[in-house]
Amino acid sequence: MSFWDYFRTTKPATAALAKERLQIIVAHERAQRGKPDYLPQLQQEILDVISKYVEIDRQDVQVQFDRNDDCAVLELNITLPEE
Amino acid sequence: MSKIIVITSGKGGVGKTTTSASIASGLAKRGYKTAVIDFDVGLRNLDLIMNCERRVVYDFVNVINGEATLNQALIKDKYTDCLHILPASQTRDKDALTKEGVGKVLDELSETFDFIVCDSPAGIEHGALMSLYFADEAIVVTNPEVSSVRDSDRILGILQSKSKRAETGDEPVKEHLLLSRYNPIRVQNGEMLSVEDVKDILAVPLLGVIPESQSVLTASNQGVPVIHQEESDAGQAYSDAVARLLGEDLEHRFLEIQKKGFFHRMFGGKA
Ligand SMILES: Nc1ncnc2c1ncn2[C@@H]1O[C@H](COP(=O)(O)OP(=O)(O)O)[C@@H](O)[C@H]1O
Ligand SMILES: [Mg+2]
Repeated sequence: MSFWDYFRTTKPATAALAKERLQIIVAHERAQRGKPDYLPQLQQEILDVISKYVEIDRQDVQVQFDRNDDCAVLELNITLPEE
Repeated sequence: MSKIIVITSGKGGVGKTTTSASIASGLAKRGYKTAVIDFDVGLRNLDLIMNCERRVVYDFVNVINGEATLNQALIKDKYTDCLHILPASQTRDKDALTKEGVGKVLDELSETFDFIVCDSPAGIEHGALMSLYFADEAIVVTNPEVSSVRDSDRILGILQSKSKRAETGDEPVKEHLLLSRYNPIRVQNGEMLSVEDVKDILAVPLLGVIPESQSVLTASNQGVPVIHQEESDAGQAYSDAVARLLGEDLEHRFLEIQKKGFFHRMFGGKA
């Protein structure tokens, strides 16, 4: 290995890492766009109400918001524990 | 009817004002009546870049408030006949830019000008929102660097939801990506995102790539928009971007490491 190769190989190709991180964060942020910002709180309150009756975890309450051309759909999916 | 083009980015210091000056000058050089407006209230700089800072009497906010007419406030460009500059106010605050006020000024400009170029301030606050609200097209200036790319995407989201075109359900604002301060050597070393990387991430049509260039600094020192430095790489890259904006199909240049010629190496180049 020559003197110059030494410098070359110690320099990691950080641009590839930057691209990967950006693709993930941009995809995530684009998915959040246009969604009402009350969704996390709504999820929490639904969780609180159901917890009065059955014991469930946060991930058992799924809140999905979709908007198409003429209407918006709020989809709630609550998984109850098996008896 | 004129076309309103906003030069925006989210992040500061990426080259919006440099781009506004050169794109507006390039359009005017081709004979289009062009007005360029500085929306950066409190941090006026377009006047310096265009070398008219000592001729500012009235500004954008004066016109909005009815303290001056548009004709009194517009400054005729030194270099190009068809170009006029509307400077930002240096003393008021950003809230002076009301939607009604800005809309009225743009309407009046539309009667005379073919193109209205809006130089946005940084951020996503009121001033930035006002500069993009009425836009027909947007040039999103991006540096090949993580925070700039992310902020550009944020601005794209705002163009798609908060512009007048989005609010009225009109045809969306036409988006253009302008990659600036590009350094092919650093790209080759794997230290800088490449044109292809940024295009993959943002998925917006590429208007141009402006290389990182010494000529931008020397141009701003002299108050000459860099597009007038026809021998410089950045000047040529901006000319190409203007041509593409007008619908010409040109190949992108300055993406590869420039091989310096013998004379260049011997005597040093201006580019
Ligand atoms: N292509 C370029 N090469 C080198 N320097 C540049 C380039 N574009 C802009 N700059 C420099 O970057 C700085 C910020 O540019 P500016 O146009 O004022 O950005 P913004 O308006 O987005 O804040 C200035 O010092 C300018 O000279
Ligand atoms: Mg600026």
